[in-house]
Amino acid sequence: MGAILTVQSDAGRRRIEELLQQHEEHVLKRWLEIAATTPGGHTDRGDMTARLTEIYQALRQSFLGSGDTSDLRGLLAELSRSRARQGFAPTETANVVFGLKQAVFELIEGDGDTEGLKGFIWFSRTIDDLGLFTFESYATAREKIILDQAEQLLELSTPVVKLWEGIVAVPLIGTLDSARTQVVMEKLLQTLVETGSEHAVIDITGVPAVDTQVAQHLLKTVVAARLMGAECVISGIRPQIAHTIVTLGIEFGDIVTKASLADALAYTLRQSGVQVTKGRGTRVTVRTEEGD
Amino acid sequence: MERVPILKLGDILIVSIQIDLEDQSVLALQEDLADKIVATGARGVIIDITAVEIVDSFIGRMFATIASISRMLDAETVVVGMRPAVAITLVELGLSLGGVRTALNLEKGVALLNHLDGAQIAAARR
Repeated sequence: MGAILTVQSDAGRRRIEELLQQHEEHVLKRWLEIAATTPGGHTDRGDMTARLTEIYQALRQSFLGSGDTSDLRGLLAELSRSRARQGFAPTETANVVFGLKQAVFELIEGDGDTEGLKGFIWFSRTIDDLGLFTFESYATAREKIILDQAEQLLELSTPVVKLWEGIVAVPLIGTLDSARTQVVMEKLLQTLVETGSEHAVIDITGVPAVDTQVAQHLLKTVVAARLMGAECVISGIRPQIAHTIVTLGIEFGDIVTKASLADALAYTLRQSGVQVTKGRGTRVTVRTEEGD
Repeated sequence: MERVPILKLGDILIVSIQIDLEDQSVLALQEDLADKIVATGARGVIIDITAVEIVDSFIGRMFATIASISRMLDAETVVVGMRPAVAITLVELGLSLGGVRTALNLEKGVALLNHLDGAQIAAARR
């Protein structure tokens, strides 16, 4: 910013600084009025007044002395962040900042002050920078919100449930990518160790599409489970997915696959030596075979 | 060089790895184990790697080698207690330990060997 200034506009700059100091109350009042007319600017008036007054002070501070704008930028970032959370568009926040230009311009125009007009060019550029800065802060704040949410989603979407003594299941829902598979894999393997389960069912009913990459991830999980001494069954393969898998030429090898979770449960129960028999009436008797 | 002790439990040999394996100790373990299988006539070998946190391709290959040696001497090898992180690493390295049986823990490993033995006797009787 400093490099652009010429000697000529230095006088204008001083004039603007003087104006900002002399007419502080007037400019601030006008700025608040303008800010209030921008869409969304009228909400929480008291909070806005406090924030804009602080920003005004910080702006004047930044003109004095070394031109350190870190305080000012901190305040603007805070304003932008809080408004992003309240759901304002970044344009609206930027417009609030640009409102100061109008307030100052009206003051200069009223005076017919040529020195001030020259300085206004410089002032305008400074305010533009600050407006754009709020825009940037807004984008950063939003980015962070999105990242946080993605992380929460990752934690939410990978439950490992126990179906039976020694049988756990992972119902996968949504698209599988490398990051998610990694989380699923780690969580499944950890559960296998903790519960001492020898059978796991990976249910992909909720996975919308299976491509080579997703299949690769599934295979890796199954192989890793095998290395630990547990067997995996993949269930919930819908007809069109079966078709896709065959068309893509993906080999599942000797991995057991079942059409539905029920089939997979029945299979794993049989494998672990549990027999489910239909009793008289509605009762179901379960008998565990000794020693298989 | 540290040597890994080999324990005998009935007709099963148990190797519990609790040190950072160096290449030299791995080679020594293979020799010792082969000797011990012959000396005791063991029918099963259990390698417990519960305490192993880091594996590389060399150690991954060790399991397969030990399994091959044991099979030559008519003993089944079971690797037990592999940690999830270790399993993931081995998969990423592309080592699937073909021919090596695995179990979640020592107890299940012993049960697996007993089960295998029972199955073999049953098959022989038929």
